[in-house]
Amino acid sequence: MTHFSAMSLLKNAISGHKNWPEQWPDKQPKDEYDVIIVGAGGHGLGAAYYLAKEHGITNVAVIEKGWLGGGNTGRNTTIIRSNYLYDESARLFDHALDLWENLSTELNYNVMYSKRGVMMLAHNVHDVQSFQRHIHANRLNDVDNRWLTPKEAKAFCPPLNISPDARYPVMGAALQQRAGTARHDAVAWGYARAAAKRGVDIIQNCPVISIRRGADGAVEGVETGKGFIKARKVAVSAAGHTSVVMDSAGVRMPLESYPLQALVSEPIKPVFPCVVMSNTVHAYISQSDKGELVIGSGTDQYTSYSQRGGLPLIEHTVAAICEVFPIFNRMRMLRKWGGIVDVTPDRSAILGKTPVRGLYVNCGWGTGGFKATPGAAHTLAWTVAKDEPHPINAPFTLERFTTGRLIDEAAAAAVAH
Amino acid sequence: MLLIQCPYCDDALPELEFAYAGEAHIDRPQDPSALSDEEWRDFLFIRSNVKGVHAERWRHINGCGRFFNALRDTVSDRFVTSYKAGEPRPDTSGKEPAQ
Repeated sequence: MTHFSAMSLLKNAISGHKNWPEQWPDKQPKDEYDVIIVGAGGHGLGAAYYLAKEHGITNVAVIEKGWLGGGNTGRNTTIIRSNYLYDESARLFDHALDLWENLSTELNYNVMYSKRGVMMLAHNVHDVQSFQRHIHANRLNDVDNRWLTPKEAKAFCPPLNISPDARYPVMGAALQQRAGTARHDAVAWGYARAAAKRGVDIIQNCPVISIRRGADGAVEGVETGKGFIKARKVAVSAAGHTSVVMDSAGVRMPLESYPLQALVSEPIKPVFPCVVMSNTVHAYISQSDKGELVIGSGTDQYTSYSQRGGLPLIEHTVAAICEVFPIFNRMRMLRKWGGIVDVTPDRSAILGKTPVRGLYVNCGWGTGGFKATPGAAHTLAWTVAKDEPHPINAPFTLERFTTGRLIDEAAAAAVAH
Repeated sequence: MLLIQCPYCDDALPELEFAYAGEAHIDRPQDPSALSDEEWRDFLFIRSNVKGVHAERWRHINGCGRFFNALRDTVSDRFVTSYKAGEPRPDTSGKEPAQ
């Protein structure tokens, strides 16, 4: 596989870009692997990469029922931030942010991480108090986050309507300058390429039908659309379908799967310099480097696996965007789609070991899993390799729903998830 | 948008009139103090999250205001049937919606 550099670009430019080799081979499964990862999204591919790179485990397969990066990795609005309230969450997401910083260099693949800043709008007194609490908690955890007055917010994001007569008046904003966006596809492709280079097999169009357990209860392997594959360690990283896969291993999960919708506009010239989130009115907006406005919505109210979602939610989101940014009220939207997100009761992820020996899980990211990709993958690889929790993922156990030691970002979150 | 049949109003009405209220047929514990931590976990947090026909509660919040149950296919989002609260889950074998 070619190392990307100015030289290799120049060489291939001269030969008319006709001689680029494939970025990773499309593999058929072997009979046995040391580790099987279910789900080739950013999280699964990342875990395979860190297993190979940091723990020397290269006999790894990543099995994907569709195409690589075609699930929530390719369906999110690419927002990256770490200004979560609780210590456990702040550590996990800030660990991810640290890895985002050098990811392009590390993978030799441009993931286009852009620290353009994420600004969260406060529209009422409750928002103001809640965001200021977040800012103080973040500062204690050494997480970047600061308060902006409406005028400062307008200076940071000129299209913002801060008129006191607005339907949703802006009373201030919390800004994480280090936060931003990355190119979601490139994250999956970069990890896939770097993992394949170290010997990981990426097997696409191969649904995992069930997880097989032996007489002693430990994992023996997975039944797939391409036959049985043996492995003593299986890590499930299947987002909205996690509970379906885990059910087959006899583990019932505290998860519900909801559609989460997003949409993009026609491309326009650069007009929107940052990411703005408005939790109260449920609208998330940024502008991609291609020029499209990327708009995120809330989850639908009902559980579903349809990857569609209903139009009333889109109408609500777009109406809110037009109120907060009146300059966009004649924009045309090009397309919308839905991803299926797995939501836990406390809106925090489940990341680590399960009651079944050899079975690991990385799920429950709800509406905010993309930002965690490198951090979740990195700590999951540690847990799979050593069969013990990483200090950062240790609080995110499945047992917390029995003990009651929840990480309740649902009640305290900066966003209405 | 979903069209939802309210069994009390006996009419199929748009989703905007309704609020989803989670999985149906989860019984509250008869003797809460006797429950173990695992049983509390199952009651509070574990859900079937079915990929297929799902029994769920809806409330006709902008209508008659009453709770009822419905069966819906979570893959196609089509409703199989809806029925009044307190009634057992209807047997729908052979009546699954087209995918």
